[in-house]
Amino acid sequence: MSASIQLSQRHHHNEGSGMTATSLTSSQAAAGRAGDKVFSGATLAAGCLILAVLFGVALFLVVQAIPALTAPASEIQGGEGFFAYIWPIVIGTLIAALIALIIATPVSIGVALFISHFAPRQLASGLGYVIDLLAAIPSVVYGAWGAAFLAPQISPAYNWLAENMGWLPIFAGPASATGKTILTAGIVLSVMVIPIITSLSREIFLQTPKLHEEAALALGATRWEMIKMAVLPFARPGIISAIMLGLGRALGETMAVALVLSSGALTASLIQSGNQTIAAEIALNFPEASGLKVSTLIAAGLILFVITLAVNMLARWIISRHKEFSGAN
Amino acid sequence: MSKRIDVKDLNVYYGSFLAVEGVNINIEAKSVTAFIGPSGCGKSTFLRTLNRMHEVLPGARVEGEVLLDGDNLYGPGVDPVTVRSQIGMVFQRPNPFPTMSIRDNVLAGVKLNNQKISKGEADALVERSLQGANLWNEVKDRLEKPGSGLSGGQQQRLCIARAIAVEPQVILMDEPCSALDPISTLAVEDLINELKDQYTVVIVTHNMQQAARVSDKTAFFNIAGTGKPGKLIEFAETSTIFNNPAVKATEDYVSGRFG
Amino acid sequence: MTSTLTPVRKRSALTKGQLPKAAPYIVLASALILGAAILALIGFNAFGWGLVSAILFTIGLVGWSAGVEGARKAQDKLATCLVVGAFLLALLPLISVIWTVLANGIPGLVTPGFLSSSMNGVTGVYDNRAVEDGTPVLGGIYHALMGTIQITLLATVISVPVGLLTAIYLVEYGNDGKLARAITFFVDVMTGIPSIVAGLFAAAFFFAIVGPGTKTGAVAAVALSVLMIPVVVRSAEEMLKIVPNELREAAYALGVRKWRTILKVVIPTAISGIASGVTLAIARVIGETAPILVTAGFATSINSNVFGGWMASLPTFIYTQILNPTSPSNPDPSTQRAWGAALVLIILVMVLNLASRLIAKAFAPKTGR
Repeated sequence: MSASIQLSQRHHHNEGSGMTATSLTSSQAAAGRAGDKVFSGATLAAGCLILAVLFGVALFLVVQAIPALTAPASEIQGGEGFFAYIWPIVIGTLIAALIALIIATPVSIGVALFISHFAPRQLASGLGYVIDLLAAIPSVVYGAWGAAFLAPQISPAYNWLAENMGWLPIFAGPASATGKTILTAGIVLSVMVIPIITSLSREIFLQTPKLHEEAALALGATRWEMIKMAVLPFARPGIISAIMLGLGRALGETMAVALVLSSGALTASLIQSGNQTIAAEIALNFPEASGLKVSTLIAAGLILFVITLAVNMLARWIISRHKEFSGAN
Repeated sequence: MSKRIDVKDLNVYYGSFLAVEGVNINIEAKSVTAFIGPSGCGKSTFLRTLNRMHEVLPGARVEGEVLLDGDNLYGPGVDPVTVRSQIGMVFQRPNPFPTMSIRDNVLAGVKLNNQKISKGEADALVERSLQGANLWNEVKDRLEKPGSGLSGGQQQRLCIARAIAVEPQVILMDEPCSALDPISTLAVEDLINELKDQYTVVIVTHNMQQAARVSDKTAFFNIAGTGKPGKLIEFAETSTIFNNPAVKATEDYVSGRFG
Repeated sequence: MTSTLTPVRKRSALTKGQLPKAAPYIVLASALILGAAILALIGFNAFGWGLVSAILFTIGLVGWSAGVEGARKAQDKLATCLVVGAFLLALLPLISVIWTVLANGIPGLVTPGFLSSSMNGVTGVYDNRAVEDGTPVLGGIYHALMGTIQITLLATVISVPVGLLTAIYLVEYGNDGKLARAITFFVDVMTGIPSIVAGLFAAAFFFAIVGPGTKTGAVAAVALSVLMIPVVVRSAEEMLKIVPNELREAAYALGVRKWRTILKVVIPTAISGIASGVTLAIARVIGETAPILVTAGFATSINSNVFGGWMASLPTFIYTQILNPTSPSNPDPSTQRAWGAALVLIILVMVLNLASRLIAKAFAPKTGR
């Protein structure tokens, strides 16, 4: 017990003012409180820094873009002003992203359903990891793959499309001999978007209330009927927002287009060379640009930022609405 | 190493909601006091105001005075951290720190506060605290193993050892046995009986037999209805509360007519 | 019913009107044979064979099921075929990409000096000679590898403290107040910033502060940080949230201050998840090309100063070697180097992904039970 007494004496000694005035207000406390203030201040500063950075992104892009917006039309590339320069590549961006979504959406939903409801339980998480690997591959590698492997392989198919379906404006010939077209770029983009839509949809599918699923199965529904009755209605808002987030990614993706597409003027045909996207336009021209050209490209980046921002906000809005009204519990 | 607590006209709020109203109670030093009452009557909430743990929740606040040997816990300039180092707490579910060994769990209060302590002092403190918690013989050969590897009852006694290693004046226990099996419960109850030789112990329990077994005095809390504040109905010697209560509601509760 | 009288029944009443168990295999075998026959007529290739066989299999199985089991079961079979087909289709590009990178990358990777030399002094003349005379391909990725490591390291040093502290603010101090909700919202917005816009921001920022045309490794690191911070915040926030509140209360009840509780109890409990999230974030930005392209320029030699001069990186190395070969008349040596670099980059990313999983397992609090 002697150790105990010694130790408690040390303890009281440490507390300083101890028993005299009041044992609850000590000098040690003041120093400790300062530590609390400094630390919480640091976390607050970090949070505010993020807000400042985002504000800075917008501010610096606008400041650097202003010369391009105010310059006389003849000085902008193409000689007809910023608007004439930007709208064809905005349309090109939308075309490429649209192709990507048209391919990626059904495939992703299929893959997500396969992992959540069709694959054997032991396999499901492993398969999810395999799909995540698709997302891990760097975009420049996809670009290189698209240019070196996919484009030459797919170009016979374009010839066939041009011969047999050339009456459709989007398949008007002559098809590109190299296969480096906006359709190829769209296919590569779709491969990059698939893991995004898949992983989000899979999560939503797994959240479907088990009660709804079992209720459907107990009525004698087949697996597919159960999915139609219980899973898809529950997941619809989630799927839509997953597609929107995929769209955001497809709009801003640079390398797949810069390396795959042999760019040019806006054309309706998807199997000829031509068209361009904002991101690829910036990547191809920025390294050598100077003066007004830099401003023009930054202004283009600002427009891309605004478009993707709108798409992402719409997706988040759908998700947040879904959270409030989901009958999950 | 033990102080008394006197509570004067205490109101406890969550935001604008009055959870506990008008409590006056005097808790003697070196005694075991039990709080009993139906679920939601505010006994745990009240317990948490006794070491300022209540205000950890956003929007929570109190009115009134809690005096520890005459010093108001809620007085101006009082640091809640100092209060908590003098009034320890043991929780409903055993919560040893999962990243620490058994030894480090016992020393957590000292080490986390960055107090300097020599290895010899630390060893003595670990042994004394674990012996104080009746756990020394069971764990002395595996002090470096993770605390979460122990059984539920051992974990709870480890948490008690962790609390007494800080050498508090008072130990608050919030339903310490509700997650334990009967044998572990017995071990903890035996321990409470020994603890009162050195500490003031306040225990919240749902189990009336437990209150009758371990406490010297018992306080009965009740609530008039949902949304109404909880109140202290009766506070007396444990034998009085269980055999000859003054208030009808207390008699109904201890005889099992409601709750 | 006779079945109740006979002791041995051939089929239960519950399996009546079902396809035999072997049905999918029978249909698959016939689809493969038929598919091969059709492809033999129009010119055989593996992809076409797979595609035609898959279509034949679906038609065969669904048709058979419709005849024997009825429309509802047939619809179910069709859905199953489509879903499995979608999964197999999604695997194709993965296999193809990995195969292409391996097949094209290994020759580049095994060239002597590929990992240990830079492109300093390697001109089109040497590449032309390599093609015409068959001398070994010179040049390597040492400078790009070093650049990638330096830029990514600096980005990590910027992003992890900012991201982690922000996550701590959101979970421990924010109390879901207005500021916390604003930060959460804008972190969401940040995750959606296209990588090239992040690059443009860093470029525009340094052009305005330091001077037009400023391109260094540090600018690239700032650009990568813009992409990395939201990922770190998100994963750290998730991990801090799942630390049980009981542990915080246990520490408070011992008289431990909030900041020490966070540093000594909350973060150690969540460290495995946080570390694995940071590793994943590194894996994500290490392959980014576009932001580095517009911020760090291109370099062919080793630059060990992140704050001055152009700097190479693996992704931009791949990009420039493909788009602007060292020798425009003989692009093959450049292509070979590009694929070698792509293989190294993929290996880096995969190792980081794997490391993230191992970290999550290795540093998880041991329960011992």
